[in-house]
Amino acid sequence: MSGVTRALRLGALRIGYEVRAYFRQGDTVFFTFLFPVVMLTIFSVSFSEASFGQTADGDDITAAWFFLPAMLAAGVLLSGLQNLAIDIALEKSNGTLKRLAGSPLPIVSYFIGKIGQSLVTGTAQALVLLLLGFTVFQVPLPEEPERWLDFAWIFLLGVITSAILGIALSAVPRSGASATAVVIPITLVLQFISGVYLRFSDLPEWLQNVAAVFPLKWMAQGMRSVFLPDELVALEQNESWDLPGIAIALLIWLVAGLILTRLTFRWIRRDS
Amino acid sequence: MITTENVVAVRNLRKEYGENAALDGVSFDIHRGETFALLGPNGAGKSTAIEILEGYRRRSSGEVSVLGRDPEKGGLDWKARLGIVLQSSGETGAVTVREQLSHFAALYPNPRDVDEVIAAVGLEAKAGSLIRKLSGGQRRRVDVAVGIIGRPELLFLDEPTTGFDPEARRDFWALIRRLQGEGTTILLTTHYLDEAAQLGDRAGVIAKGRMVALAPIDELGGADARVPVVRWLEGAALREERTQRPGELVAALVARLGAEPDGLEVIRPSLEDVYLSLVGREHADDLSPVEVAS
Repeated sequence: MSGVTRALRLGALRIGYEVRAYFRQGDTVFFTFLFPVVMLTIFSVSFSEASFGQTADGDDITAAWFFLPAMLAAGVLLSGLQNLAIDIALEKSNGTLKRLAGSPLPIVSYFIGKIGQSLVTGTAQALVLLLLGFTVFQVPLPEEPERWLDFAWIFLLGVITSAILGIALSAVPRSGASATAVVIPITLVLQFISGVYLRFSDLPEWLQNVAAVFPLKWMAQGMRSVFLPDELVALEQNESWDLPGIAIALLIWLVAGLILTRLTFRWIRRDS
Repeated sequence: MITTENVVAVRNLRKEYGENAALDGVSFDIHRGETFALLGPNGAGKSTAIEILEGYRRRSSGEVSVLGRDPEKGGLDWKARLGIVLQSSGETGAVTVREQLSHFAALYPNPRDVDEVIAAVGLEAKAGSLIRKLSGGQRRRVDVAVGIIGRPELLFLDEPTTGFDPEARRDFWALIRRLQGEGTTILLTTHYLDEAAQLGDRAGVIAKGRMVALAPIDELGGADARVPVVRWLEGAALREERTQRPGELVAALVARLGAEPDGLEVIRPSLEDVYLSLVGREHADDLSPVEVAS
């Protein structure tokens, strides 16, 4: 069996192993998996009387409708970046990586397992959010197949980019115990400035420009382009969904994440 | 000068941390099929040495060959021939004993049967339990199971039985004897000298980064170190004499004193006595020096 086939086969095996372990960890299931679901519920219920604009047909845009794309984008960030940055920092400090380093597991297979875990759990999370929005909060979902195609690539590219950035960020915490303290503030600030919890169009322009440096703003914008009525494009920067811009921004972060990972990732802290 | 007949060959191995030499010119070989015990007090350099051989640490100088390869350049096919039981168990994600072993078995080209290995470490009743819910001793047995699942040619055991009760230790010894019977080469570090005596063919004693003795276990310290000692009280003074013929000495003593000598003892130095004389008592009693490797 060639090295590539073996790495892929073991990568697939790692995905199963990682996903199983993920759903057995109560805290990750809550803070990463269910968190956007809880936030969508809170926003939908607390702002149930408020209107977030009107469609061309004069229908009110409810809070649930308005926040569904935001929570989908948050889910992508949490399942990829937050989940993996904390998870890998913990595995580094608790001896898991050292054990794997002594085994014939290719490092690529380990990464495939982590990215695959983000994809599987992120997809499950998106399904829960869509189902909750559609059934409980009666958010109208798009009917055009092109919109779902856009959703698919934005979601895929978003999760993979987030996951790779998570692997890169896992090098920052000095210990497993400090991992959540380092990572969660980063993801929280990003969510506030990128139009997840606050309406992006309400933010001052300079803050919008700061947010545009980071990937979450683009993921949230992409999700809005899929799920919000076209009229709301007027609230976007330059009054455009700018799908090519989303693809470019995410790809740049993807490449940056790969380079950072290549430079910083070590199975163990090897002394010189 | 390093030949491949030896599974492990180490020449003038040095490892420096700043000014401090954790290993100061250590040399030894491990032959195919043998169990080599590396002994020494905490902080003597045992774990540093074993982690250099495992490929986890770089050496400052010297030559090292493990299974014919420099551990710093060992690839995946080289790792597939090793089994490693680290000194610390660490933690494991939320997986069961059987899941963990099945997973690790899949990483190796010719693994052992998962259920046989679970039985060999005596964890049949816990096969479906999450590893993090096991006791420390049970987790240690999972470590050993993961270490042998890939059918290694060379097995590293770094203080494998810490936290075992006496019965578990006996079971572990039986397991290691089976591995020895299958031809596995083993490098063992341990604080239990009875364990080294039970399992080891040869031993090296490291103190302060230097190899102070290197010999078959029952010859460690040389013949002189094992000469029996006869001790008795004469008047108020403690008398002591080393002799190969203690019976004769005692008989002569009784004849000379015309009575049973007070406080009579005939002492055959144990491996522990020999070991303590090799490393110097002040080291053996001191449990707190910095363990550089952990």
